[in-house]
Amino acid sequence: MSVDTRRAAPPTTPALRGRSTTARRRRRWGNPLAGLGSLVWLVIVVVPLYTLVSSSLMHQDEALSGDPLAFPSHPTLDNYNSVLHSGFLTLLANTAIVAAATVAIVLVLSVPVAYVAVRTRSRLSSLAFRTFLLGVAIPAQAVIVPLYLLIGKMGLYDTLPAIILPTAAFAMPVAVLVLSGTMRDVSEEMYEAMALDGATPLRMLWQLAIPMSRAGISTVAIFSALQAWNGFLFPLILTQSEEKRVLTLGLFNFMSQFGVNIPAVLAAIVLSVVPIFAVYLVARRALVNGLMGVGGK
Amino acid sequence: MSQLSPYTKVRGGRKAAVGNVGRPSVAWALPGIVFFALFAIVPLAIAVYLSFCHWDGLNSPTPVGTDNWTRLFKDPEFRQAAWLSLLLTTVSWAFQTPVALLLGVWAAGRQRSRTFLSAVFFIPLLLSTTAIAMLFHALLDPNFGVIKQIGPWFGIDPNIMGSSTGALLTVAFVGGWQFMPFHTLIYQGGARQIPEVLYQAAAIDGAGMLRQFFHITLPQLRNTITTSSVLMIVGSLTYFDTVLIMTKGGPGTDTTILPYLMYRTGFQTYDLGYAAAIATALVIVATGLSLILVRFSGFGSMRSTREGM
Repeated sequence: MSVDTRRAAPPTTPALRGRSTTARRRRRWGNPLAGLGSLVWLVIVVVPLYTLVSSSLMHQDEALSGDPLAFPSHPTLDNYNSVLHSGFLTLLANTAIVAAATVAIVLVLSVPVAYVAVRTRSRLSSLAFRTFLLGVAIPAQAVIVPLYLLIGKMGLYDTLPAIILPTAAFAMPVAVLVLSGTMRDVSEEMYEAMALDGATPLRMLWQLAIPMSRAGISTVAIFSALQAWNGFLFPLILTQSEEKRVLTLGLFNFMSQFGVNIPAVLAAIVLSVVPIFAVYLVARRALVNGLMGVGGK
Repeated sequence: MSQLSPYTKVRGGRKAAVGNVGRPSVAWALPGIVFFALFAIVPLAIAVYLSFCHWDGLNSPTPVGTDNWTRLFKDPEFRQAAWLSLLLTTVSWAFQTPVALLLGVWAAGRQRSRTFLSAVFFIPLLLSTTAIAMLFHALLDPNFGVIKQIGPWFGIDPNIMGSSTGALLTVAFVGGWQFMPFHTLIYQGGARQIPEVLYQAAAIDGAGMLRQFFHITLPQLRNTITTSSVLMIVGSLTYFDTVLIMTKGGPGTDTTILPYLMYRTGFQTYDLGYAAAIATALVIVATGLSLILVRFSGFGSMRSTREGM
């Protein structure tokens, strides 16, 4: 899944080189129309993001009366300051705990499922795999009422595990899909060689399958972290108290708390994105390559 | 490209003892399966059970037979919500598919600007739905939002959220704005898998860019289109957050889609049995779609992304 097909070198024998000028021109200039379209989309993406950052630096009266597209005349960090003093750090800590625990659970549980799906030949494992595929299509909204009952009965209502457990479960289908994709690309010969050396399945998992699918594992880690970080429905329904509040809920709360203080609301949004954006800058390649493989051919 | 070596094929098959040496037992997958079942599959069953109960969230659910279901079929709000969900899904699909496909195919090329632009395009996917909904709520504020400034240039009424069509279109647009990078990536991955040889052959035959697109790129992306479409359809059910934050189902009930109706019924009026019936109806739609997913998209038969190369 992490295979980069760009490197599937196009034939460059002299005979072909002469004939494929159209193809090469296509590559060098791209498609002008599509290029133009992508610029239009760039504007659609960038304008809201620009307004988000620039307005968060404005004084409130400027944001209310002035030109929202203009650069702030007297940039200020006051909005960030007031957000940080409104319990933002608790939100951040709760969210970080939820994200870390989700990633841990997803990886510990999904790696063996994917390994079994790829390595065994039993009907049962292919049935399990298909169940997970089906799971991609279960909307969280559809099970929120029973989850409310279930979490209540387990005595977990209004605790962080109440958010973590369902979030991890709903991140598993994509995790299994991505992981089994990367594990399938580990060649059978390597497994055979290890089998001839008398390796147990566990050793093959530790020393072959996991190291070889590092790309998939990091994709899954980042993707589940992203899902946990951005989750809204489970925290909304399954927690209540302020101490257990996560970022998304906190943001939602800021919106009513700060009312028309739009710059403060926007500053809160920016602050909520910073950590995930930092992760993205470090791990962009893994995430992008992993997600690219989801569609299949 | 088959992942089996010629040796395995010769010895091959389920019966060959050698082929099964060093394979893990299915039991390894049990913890994962049990966990997933407990929080995703079992709740589905409970949802069906609860749809035959009355439950206020405090006392124990009491079975009431098919009351909720007869009510559901007569309820004009449910019918409107189902229709709006369908409409939102269709609009979202029609908006996102062409844009994501073109962007994805374009991004699969090799222009220099591509890497930078793709990185920028990706950013919305990092923001939470909550953050995005709040951002657009601020941008589209008719009194102090950007819309006041930009709207008139394109003939858009600044009070777009106040009109029922406008509100629905806005929700679809905001959802598209967020998830476009995901679908673009899927298409980009799909387009990269198309063998270059096909284009070279077409170029030799004198096919222009448009013909290459319609006769090679589109047919080769068939499975990707299906996968992405079904993910979009199921995904547009999650526009719930957007609706809750941006429109609260309004104006009136004009953006009250099924998940929002379910939320309102269940967690604002505490009629959880009826909410479970709405949720079950939602599941039936989603399961129907997911069966189509497994059946037609090639998802289920996906052996390796490199298959067929």
